[in-house]
Amino acid sequence: MIHLSDVRKAFNQGKSNEFWALKGIDLSVKAGKVTVFRGPSGSGKTTLLTLVGCLARPTSGRVRLKDRDISGLPERFLTDIRRSTFGFVFQQFNLLKGISALENVMIPAYPLGVDRKELAARAHGLMQSLDIHAKAQSNAEWLSGGEAQRVAIARALINDPEVIIADEPTANLDSERSKQFLGIVETLKASGKTVLMTSHDPLVCDTAVVDHVVSLRDGELVEAR
Amino acid sequence: MRGWLNKQRNLLDFSLSSLSRRRGKTLGMLAVYTAIVFLLASVMLFSHAIRREAATVLAKSPEVLVQRMVAGRHDLIPARHLDAIKGIRGVQSAEGRLWGYLFDPAAAANYTLMVPTNPRIEPGKVVIGDGVVRVRSADPGDLMSFRAHDGSLVQFKVESAISRDSALVSTDLFLVAEEDFRRLFGIAPGLFTDLAISVRNPREVTKIAEKIDAALPDTRIILRDEILRTYESVFDWREGMLLVLLAGSILAFAIFSWEKASGLSAEERREIGILKAVGWETGDVIRLKMLEGLVVSLSAFLVGYLLAYAHVFHFGAGLFEPVLKGWAVLYPKYKLAPFVDELQVATLFFFTVFPYTIATVVPIWRAAIVDPDTVMR
Repeated sequence: MIHLSDVRKAFNQGKSNEFWALKGIDLSVKAGKVTVFRGPSGSGKTTLLTLVGCLARPTSGRVRLKDRDISGLPERFLTDIRRSTFGFVFQQFNLLKGISALENVMIPAYPLGVDRKELAARAHGLMQSLDIHAKAQSNAEWLSGGEAQRVAIARALINDPEVIIADEPTANLDSERSKQFLGIVETLKASGKTVLMTSHDPLVCDTAVVDHVVSLRDGELVEAR
Repeated sequence: MRGWLNKQRNLLDFSLSSLSRRRGKTLGMLAVYTAIVFLLASVMLFSHAIRREAATVLAKSPEVLVQRMVAGRHDLIPARHLDAIKGIRGVQSAEGRLWGYLFDPAAAANYTLMVPTNPRIEPGKVVIGDGVVRVRSADPGDLMSFRAHDGSLVQFKVESAISRDSALVSTDLFLVAEEDFRRLFGIAPGLFTDLAISVRNPREVTKIAEKIDAALPDTRIILRDEILRTYESVFDWREGMLLVLLAGSILAFAIFSWEKASGLSAEERREIGILKAVGWETGDVIRLKMLEGLVVSLSAFLVGYLLAYAHVFHFGAGLFEPVLKGWAVLYPKYKLAPFVDELQVATLFFFTVFPYTIATVVPIWRAAIVDPDTVMR
């Protein structure tokens, strides 16, 4: 589904503090599978996730999504692809404070012009399936870590994307909550979604639901299984 | 079309909820903004309405006034000048007017004395303006006495008071009979304060004024248009002076709003990053922030303008009264006829709503073009 060939990403290119986060990655991600990018801090896994998820463009190399080269597309087209194909669950959850959990879930769909009633019904449905419905009217800042993550997952699913991208999803959760999260991943996989995660948590990498683990170090791919 | 409408509605709903999240900042901004619009709109509405009022009043006054000048000073004019004027072709009518000012020590106020020709006042009677009623607590039937030019006492019985509707021009009026006026000031029969001329064809006013000037070299001619121009410049000057005084607060507001609107907090930058990461286009983010700015500025404009309207037309513009109406003991109590000039509204709208909205959008645009991956780091 997603193919990367010789992908490189530099930050501050041409300046004295130039830094190459990725140094030639070749990788294929299959549809309907769960893939984990593993590696120590600074290995380039989050950068790789941003390139796959159309949040950024590679400095060189090709990123292909369903045989379409997306590495050179302008911002507008990338946004379009991002919003229809990918749903994001960020490490810090990145919910907007001061508004309800329900409204947080609906935000990605606002620019699509979906009818508000229909959108609210869809958001309620997702929150119900993630067992967070009771907190629908609570403000985001009042939620616990586990609750905030489930709201973030509901937000990632609101536009019914094919791929769910999660950055260090268990970093802020205890073991019990981490297991709950992996349960949700299993459900997503069962419903045909492709899931991409970064993690260095053994609980995630060694779980049965994960199909592939890609190990990175210093911006290079060291192992893929 | 339906999708587009839904999108706008969703953005508007979200911008309202964003504003309510920053309640303190929004309300503070709204209050200061409303106060500025209120002040500016009050000055504009008041000065415009009063200028219009003056023009309406003057529309009924004679086209030409003739006054006699002696050594550069206004002097009484003899009735024989009337015959000379009536002989000029194009003059419809000419009549002598008697008017002047009388200081009333009891009220420490000046009254404007006039002798009306239609209807005439009976000798010994007086019709008084609303201001005179107030300062003297005079009712119909009361007696009022004044010292004449020779020290003798002249007594008047109040016949009636002039309705408050015309208070703008009648508040200090004291209407008396011709005999009483002449007795009070010692003006001999056959002399008038000035002459009022009406002209058959309005386009001939200047020409007729020239003929009068040539026929009566010891007079000065005052045209109605000249009076109107004087009023205009007096109110322009007062409005300008008030606006200069307000300029300080307007400048302070400009700096305040620029600082508030253009400075993006770290929280707002983070939010923009999140919105972009979850699939919002740069244009959507700018549209949202523009809507936020528009909601604040438009609300402030509407509330400020409505408050100014009520202040000027229902509460007599209490804040600016002394400056804009002039200085007097007998302030007229009246309600201005409500009048709103579209161009004026548009000007005020442009200078208040537009800059604020732009001030909001510029930094947002700079923040919104940042790559969305910043939220991942």
